[in-house]
Amino acid sequence: MTTDPLLKVDGLRIALSGSKTTYNAVEEVSFDIGRGEAFGLVGESGCGKSITALAVMGLLKRPLSLGGGRIVLDGEEIQDASPAEMRELRGSRIGMIFQEPMTALNPLSPVGRQIAEMFVLHQKAGWSEAMDRAEEALRQVRVPSPERRIKDYPHQLSGGMRQRVMIAIALACSPELLIADEPTTALDVTVQAEIIDLMAELCAAKGTAILMISHDLGLVANMCKRVAVMYAGRIVEAQPAEAIFADPQHPYTQGLVSSLPRLGERSRRGRQRLREISGVVPSIQAYPPGCRFNPRCPRATDVCLSVPPDITPLPADSLVRCHHHG
Amino acid sequence: MLFVLARRVANIVPTLAAVIAVVFLLFSVLPGSFVSAMNEDGRTTIDPAVMERMRKEMGLDDPLPERFAKYVAHTVVGDLGTSFRTKEPVTKLIGARLWPSLKLVFAAMSIAIAIGVPLGFIAALRPGSAVDTVSMVGAISGLSLSQFWLGLMMMYLFALTLKWLPSFGYGDGGIRYLILPAVALGVGPMALLARTTRAAVLDVLNADFVRTARSKGMSERRVVEWHVMRNALVLVITTIGLQFGSLMGAAVVVEKLFSWPGVGSLLVDSVFQRDIPTVQGCILLIVIFFLVINTLVDMAYVAIDPRIRYR
Repeated sequence: MTTDPLLKVDGLRIALSGSKTTYNAVEEVSFDIGRGEAFGLVGESGCGKSITALAVMGLLKRPLSLGGGRIVLDGEEIQDASPAEMRELRGSRIGMIFQEPMTALNPLSPVGRQIAEMFVLHQKAGWSEAMDRAEEALRQVRVPSPERRIKDYPHQLSGGMRQRVMIAIALACSPELLIADEPTTALDVTVQAEIIDLMAELCAAKGTAILMISHDLGLVANMCKRVAVMYAGRIVEAQPAEAIFADPQHPYTQGLVSSLPRLGERSRRGRQRLREISGVVPSIQAYPPGCRFNPRCPRATDVCLSVPPDITPLPADSLVRCHHHG
Repeated sequence: MLFVLARRVANIVPTLAAVIAVVFLLFSVLPGSFVSAMNEDGRTTIDPAVMERMRKEMGLDDPLPERFAKYVAHTVVGDLGTSFRTKEPVTKLIGARLWPSLKLVFAAMSIAIAIGVPLGFIAALRPGSAVDTVSMVGAISGLSLSQFWLGLMMMYLFALTLKWLPSFGYGDGGIRYLILPAVALGVGPMALLARTTRAAVLDVLNADFVRTARSKGMSERRVVEWHVMRNALVLVITTIGLQFGSLMGAAVVVEKLFSWPGVGSLLVDSVFQRDIPTVQGCILLIVIFFLVINTLVDMAYVAIDPRIRYR
């Protein structure tokens, strides 16, 4: 690596302030995203992947707050940036797509206007020029007859169309980084593929890097060059996408991979139960000592119950956080 | 828009029919009548023969279905009957009271909206601040105060002690006479509006699309102007409509207290005198006012929220 990464997250800690104690919802999270690179962050609900994204955006809300670590965008530390500085970044240099296209758009405002706001906010465009460019942006995300659609309200569009509008908003100002937080979870499977393809294609054309957040390992591995797996607020494994399927190192990742149903498997091996990872993610108030995965881990030994595992670097820019990896 | 309006107006008709029926039947099952009430105060004794003749003249002797049919037939053409007490047409009695009533209700509501809504807004944008705490404590107090007590206290302070304003009456109909009763009537809705506005704005501020707006990099002020206000308005207008609609009925106490010649005080006087046609007329008017305001609120929804048009 000779050039600096576009985004460097280093030792990120996100504090959750309770009434009595403060918990670390996320800790020791570090990753880099290169220019134009697609990076995936995978994990179960509540593992901290979404708030990691919000932290990068500077949008953490009480009771969550940044507890420590560095967030570096293009060589510039932004974790302590002022609200005004963060506003400059948001939208123009970092765009974000959210999970729920149903509620992520203002129901009382035409979608064209909601896109046009981006040009008014960041490029000092007048409203009529901004509306023309909003129409163009809708055309780019392949919404049919954009000249009519810009006047439509969100409730007049399907879920897939709304998510296209969200993409148009997020990419309106050609940001360097697009954060997509479960962008397809609320959509039909067929629409999912269209949206993912569209995102990948537009980002490639604009040279925009992607931080893709999902619980769907298959989806992320498909789209991203590198994937990090989070469990209970920590990254437990990071690998190139193809390696994470072929050679998962952490028992949690192995569990995830083996729990995926595979097309054609039944005809090869006959009927089998789908594998699952037993147990549930521990709640933040009750993280076990030692390795946080130990209650669910088939390989847990005495050391796992008392000593939190450190990061073990692996070849090819990979890492794993496990006493018994491999 | 016109279609929605037509449908709303059409909806009023059955409601009104039901109200007319209830108002009529209610007063025909109630014990006592205008005639028997004349005897109740014990000062006068009326010859039973005279009472019998009065009952006949007023039509109180006719069978119920017949009286109902007559009442409905008269009401639909706008004839609310003749007051037992003054022998004047009820429409004329109410007509004279309508303007003062409307003036009072509109003034009270204007005060409530002009102060309550901005207060709730500011409180919601700075939750936990001094403005928030003070205005919400004020709102709770405003809700809990009885109009009667508040009216009396204001009379004492502004009319008797400071002598800034007249203590009661309609006077020449000028604004000086209007202020105290309008404030007394407006404080309740104002407090309620401040609280609902605050709740509505806080609710919208937590919506996903506000997070989207923030992710676009707009200032908090723009977020509020572009995305929060309109959405919060939908909820605020509901409260305005409900308060406004019931205000004419709620004005009874204030009108009596300030000797304001409105429909409310006419209603109270007529109740005590068992002047059934006038009571019925007043109730009908209050209900119509409520329905009209409700229809206007529905139209406001359509204007604000594009989702409603297509339902």
